[in-house]
Amino acid sequence: MDALMLSRLQFAVTCMFHFIFVPLTLGISIMIAWMETRYVTTGDETWLRMTKFWGKLFLINFALGVVTGITMEFQFGMNWAEYSRYVGDIFGAPLAIEATVAFFLESVFIGLWIFGWDKVSKKVHLLSIWLVAIATNLSGLWILLANGWMQHPVGYVLRNNRAEMVDFMALLTNPYGLLKFGHQIASAYTVAAFFVMGVSAWHLLRKNEVPFFKRSFRQAALFGLVSSLLVAGIGDSHAVDVAKVQPAKFAAMESVWETQRGAGMHLLQLPDEKNERNSVELLLVPNLVSLLAFHDPQAEVKGLKDFPRDERPPVLPVFLSFRAMVGLGTYFILASALAVFLSFKQNLEDYRLFLTVLLFSIPLPYIANQLGWIVAEVGRQPWIVYGVLKTAAGVSKNVSTAQVAVSLAGFTLLYGALGVIDIYLLGKYARKGPDNDLSGIINVQGRG
Amino acid sequence: MEPNAFQVIWFIVWGVLWGVYFMLDGFVLGTGFMSGFLAKDDTERRVLINSVGPVWDGNEVWLVTAGGVTFAAFPTTYALMFSNLYTALLLLLFALIVRGVSFEFRGKMDGAGWKSGWDRAITVSSFLPALLFGVAFGNIFKGIPMRNDFANADFAYDGSLLTLLNPYGLLTGVLFVMLFAVHGSLYAAIKTTGDLADRAAAMANKLWLPLLVVAVAFLGYSYPATRLYDNYLSTPLLIVLPLIAVASLLLIKIFAAKGRLHMAFLFSCLTITFVCFTGVAGLFPNLIPSSLDPLSSLTIYNSSSSLYTLKLMAGVAMVFVPIVIGYKIWVYRIFRGRVSSEDVLESHEAY
Repeated sequence: MDALMLSRLQFAVTCMFHFIFVPLTLGISIMIAWMETRYVTTGDETWLRMTKFWGKLFLINFALGVVTGITMEFQFGMNWAEYSRYVGDIFGAPLAIEATVAFFLESVFIGLWIFGWDKVSKKVHLLSIWLVAIATNLSGLWILLANGWMQHPVGYVLRNNRAEMVDFMALLTNPYGLLKFGHQIASAYTVAAFFVMGVSAWHLLRKNEVPFFKRSFRQAALFGLVSSLLVAGIGDSHAVDVAKVQPAKFAAMESVWETQRGAGMHLLQLPDEKNERNSVELLLVPNLVSLLAFHDPQAEVKGLKDFPRDERPPVLPVFLSFRAMVGLGTYFILASALAVFLSFKQNLEDYRLFLTVLLFSIPLPYIANQLGWIVAEVGRQPWIVYGVLKTAAGVSKNVSTAQVAVSLAGFTLLYGALGVIDIYLLGKYARKGPDNDLSGIINVQGRG
Repeated sequence: MEPNAFQVIWFIVWGVLWGVYFMLDGFVLGTGFMSGFLAKDDTERRVLINSVGPVWDGNEVWLVTAGGVTFAAFPTTYALMFSNLYTALLLLLFALIVRGVSFEFRGKMDGAGWKSGWDRAITVSSFLPALLFGVAFGNIFKGIPMRNDFANADFAYDGSLLTLLNPYGLLTGVLFVMLFAVHGSLYAAIKTTGDLADRAAAMANKLWLPLLVVAVAFLGYSYPATRLYDNYLSTPLLIVLPLIAVASLLLIKIFAAKGRLHMAFLFSCLTITFVCFTGVAGLFPNLIPSSLDPLSSLTIYNSSSSLYTLKLMAGVAMVFVPIVIGYKIWVYRIFRGRVSSEDVLESHEAY
């Protein structure tokens, strides 16, 4: 393997690892802010205990999300120097803005939230978790606007041997970035909802703290249903946009080889890249691909054969990831709808099979998130900036294969070890359940 | 592109960001690697960790911002700085990652082995960034062996991690370590109570003389090793920057010896920022000089973003930086009290 392949692999490893922790942060921060809001407005201590319990899991998860984020910012320069130099004029801006506008807000107020229970009033404490939640989501917006630009570059001209920004508003209102943000943010909420439902299910199965976990479960179920519906709704609009601006990616997602009008979808299908066809095509639903891509059953869908071979993404991983993601997304809607229904019954804890299923569903939204990024990033290949710069042209020339091999090995070992510890601690504290003794907090908060 | 004032403005912002970052993370790193020398037992270690607990994350964001601003305002410098210094930055990243999780993980399990393991991790992962930042900036002051052809976007670097470990780079590394050691000890002295605070104050007093020796050596060695002095000879007014640095360094000792530790810490903050400003002002208009050929140096003129981007980012910074500084000061004021052993033993939230 050469430095290019290793750098790509390293980016994938560090990015995907970072993204094990980010979605939960995005979603659970909002759920916790809501719990604390209920505590402050009603004075009901169960809400406070929920805030504390889910807050502890949030923080264990948060730590790793933060520290692995710095890698992402450094890595563009370290491994993708040619890319950074070529597009920094426009791509650097959203990253710098993210740090200034969102990252400071998040990191300063997370400190106040963790350590401020006895230092500030209830309302200021509540404000700090909302600011954290808003800031993490705002961070996501800037990152996805940056990524949206790589997918669908807008607002730039090629000049002085690089891409230069000429229209910041175009970057800011890039439909690709905004739709991707909406789709992603809702997927992240789904992760958090299934996490809270799954952990609650574990305790309900053991009849442990039943009122506490029923309330957590119901909140998560409602959050999960709304989020998973949004994932699908925004995802549909996102796919329409992809079909328009990245037709090669769309063709790979559906494994369409021949350009055709009224393209149908085979429910069972397997691409055969070498022979430029599908080796399996069963159960045709007529016109479905055209309908999904353009909201018009007769629309023309461009096939992969219309693109030169060296401008096609790898079809199999994109196609399979997309199918699996859509399947999981459908499951999330059904499961959370049923969860909402059962959460309003008195005897939720008696639905043992369903609770067990939900417990084992915790990893599924995580997987769906990763699959979505495989579709997005592998589907963008061979481009690093779609239609503007090839991935191969973006890699650092001054970094040797040996250097990247060592760093990739280092990241894999370090991240592997930290990931194991973090997930172990999450499991440990999730099983431990909520603390009972809150007198310390309530007494000191009274003074605030 | 025509040279313009925004390139100069962003150069100043770039220097200020690094200076503020070193001042803020300097005491977190210093407290971190000095904790083994200052704390006598587990509770005292926890006091030290909790004294930086509410602020370390926010302080580290200054680094992210410095990196982000380098990317947005001087993309060519960002690209070459980060790729040429690849291995050093990798070590820095690993250390910062371990440092961050150590705080969170250490208190999450009982067991002496678990805790002492993370204690060692905190020491090493706080020491390494102090040294590496010093070595990196020493080499930036001195220039690194790169040959850049800007017209054809052709860039070559013929150095390695070992190239950076030259005497001047190492001396700057030691300078950073000593600065942060005194800075962190002073922070511990004003943020903790009892014996621990006394020990920290004594440590700061004791380390001051070695720091002075290293600082004098650095100033002297900079003359043959770098071209930092050129700007001071051509624009004598700039001498105000090193003068503030030197005066602050002396005032640290004067106040620390009298036991006026808050003032000593304040001057330690000024020393660190003005040491950074002294170096950066000496670089101008270079961001990173080439040690091989002046035409290969990365300057604000040959590595900046377009005027459009520089102006846009200036607008963003003018609106948001004051807001950031405002709420940071507010939160620092909320946590202005000292952290005691009782605090960490009673709290459910403490690290």
